[in-house]
Amino acid sequence: MGRDRRPVRRLPAKQLLGLAGIVGFLGTWELIPRLGIINERFLPPASEVILALLRDFGLTAFWIAVGETMMAWFLGLVIAVTLAVLLGFVIGSSDFLRKATNSTVEFLRPIPSVALIPLAVLLFGVKIESSLMLITYAAFWQVLIQVLYGVADVDMVANNTAKTYGLGRMARIRYVVFPTALPYLMTGVRLAATVALVLAITAELVIGSPGLGREIALAQSGGAISGMYALVLATGLIGVLINVLMRFIEKKTLSWHSSVRSEVIV
Amino acid sequence: MNALKTLGYILALPVLLVLIWWASTLGAVNFFVPTPAALVGTFGEVWFGPRFFSDVLPSVGRLLIGVVAAIIIGVVGGVLIGSIKWLRALLEPTLEFFRAIPPPVLVPVLILLMGITDSMKVAVIISGCVWPVLLNTIEGVRAVDGVLSDSAHTYGIDGWARVRYLVLPSASPQIMAGVRQSLSLGLILMVISEMFASSSGLGFTIVQFQRSFAIPEMWSGIVVLGLLGVAMSFIFQWAERNILRWYHGQKEVENAA
Repeated sequence: MGRDRRPVRRLPAKQLLGLAGIVGFLGTWELIPRLGIINERFLPPASEVILALLRDFGLTAFWIAVGETMMAWFLGLVIAVTLAVLLGFVIGSSDFLRKATNSTVEFLRPIPSVALIPLAVLLFGVKIESSLMLITYAAFWQVLIQVLYGVADVDMVANNTAKTYGLGRMARIRYVVFPTALPYLMTGVRLAATVALVLAITAELVIGSPGLGREIALAQSGGAISGMYALVLATGLIGVLINVLMRFIEKKTLSWHSSVRSEVIV
Repeated sequence: MNALKTLGYILALPVLLVLIWWASTLGAVNFFVPTPAALVGTFGEVWFGPRFFSDVLPSVGRLLIGVVAAIIIGVVGGVLIGSIKWLRALLEPTLEFFRAIPPPVLVPVLILLMGITDSMKVAVIISGCVWPVLLNTIEGVRAVDGVLSDSAHTYGIDGWARVRYLVLPSASPQIMAGVRQSLSLGLILMVISEMFASSSGLGFTIVQFQRSFAIPEMWSGIVVLGLLGVAMSFIFQWAERNILRWYHGQKEVENAA
């Protein structure tokens, strides 16, 4: 903590270095195909890919694909978070339920969501429902586990005090349990947001449900190589944007909480 | 008596779920969902045979190689980048961007660069798994306690000894959190690389079953993937307990990621 206090003057230097890193990376990428280390047919130079990306920005088809991906991401995330919060609070507030469900949760959680791809295809075909099924399954566990930990973290003194003051069950959940669990919940949601994007793109790539992933697969099989790299860059940009957005939301919702320091990993 | 109670807690719900499943498939013949008995039968038939050696073992082998390589690259790179301040400032934004790219999109890219080969599949796994380990190691190395670091310096502990006895131990909780993330990611990437382009392996076989509407076989494949995931998570928990034995107050929460 103490060490990072002084950067008021050093900050620009750090950002400049970071910028230099990006420029250096793009420069290396530009040179590798230009010098013929890797054939230009397989790895087009950076400038070409960035041009293709800029061209994409002007195309409606690109934005439609982005919209489809984001739609699947958002819906899947909302479904997963809602389910996980409801179940998490119910299971978490009962000692019996927590013990009884523990083995099942620990068994189901590590099952990779991509294992459900064949099932999703059978049930829904190449539609958004397939993506939603995978996204929801993957994101659900991230949030559920965090909510369970959060609910378990409730301070008994605070809870008993609330009881003594005559707060009912719902009121206690609202004013004692929920604020305690919120930081955990937000960490879960942030992790789930990343996982949901990965699964959304995966479903589109492998199953062929509409969105950026499918466009990438199409570009690859159609030989539109710089187009494919441009789309890959676009997914990276979306990933960065989602990270920034989730951090922002986390900071806003937890501005009252001391954990907005650096307690969370990732 | 107490052990019995614990066992009851562990088994009650799974048994109940299987019973519900069994009861619901008993009367009507559902095309999509096989009965538990049929699934168990198919499972033995499909996976305990030549397929075990032609599909399961190679997949698991690629997964192991990929994950181990990713962990080594991630830790070595992370220690290096984490210890050198200007290097960290130089590389951090670029690395963050790479981490933000959903790893599955690298499958088509690597197919293009390397063709449909075994090394392509390993490369896919490495390229996805390396980021959580790398970035968490950097964070962990950076957070080494200042007092400890200064003491080590005063005692003349430098170079390899410093890494071995100061940096790695204090970064290890963070590193393990990264490893846990990359394990589940590795399994996902293994399956995707095989589903997308391959002629063998678990992912390929399962998609094959699905396309030929061999439903019980497909389900048995899903079960195999599930068991793999569960086995990996148990091995990881065991390893983590041993590696982080010294780390008191270790909270499960920190690694739930």
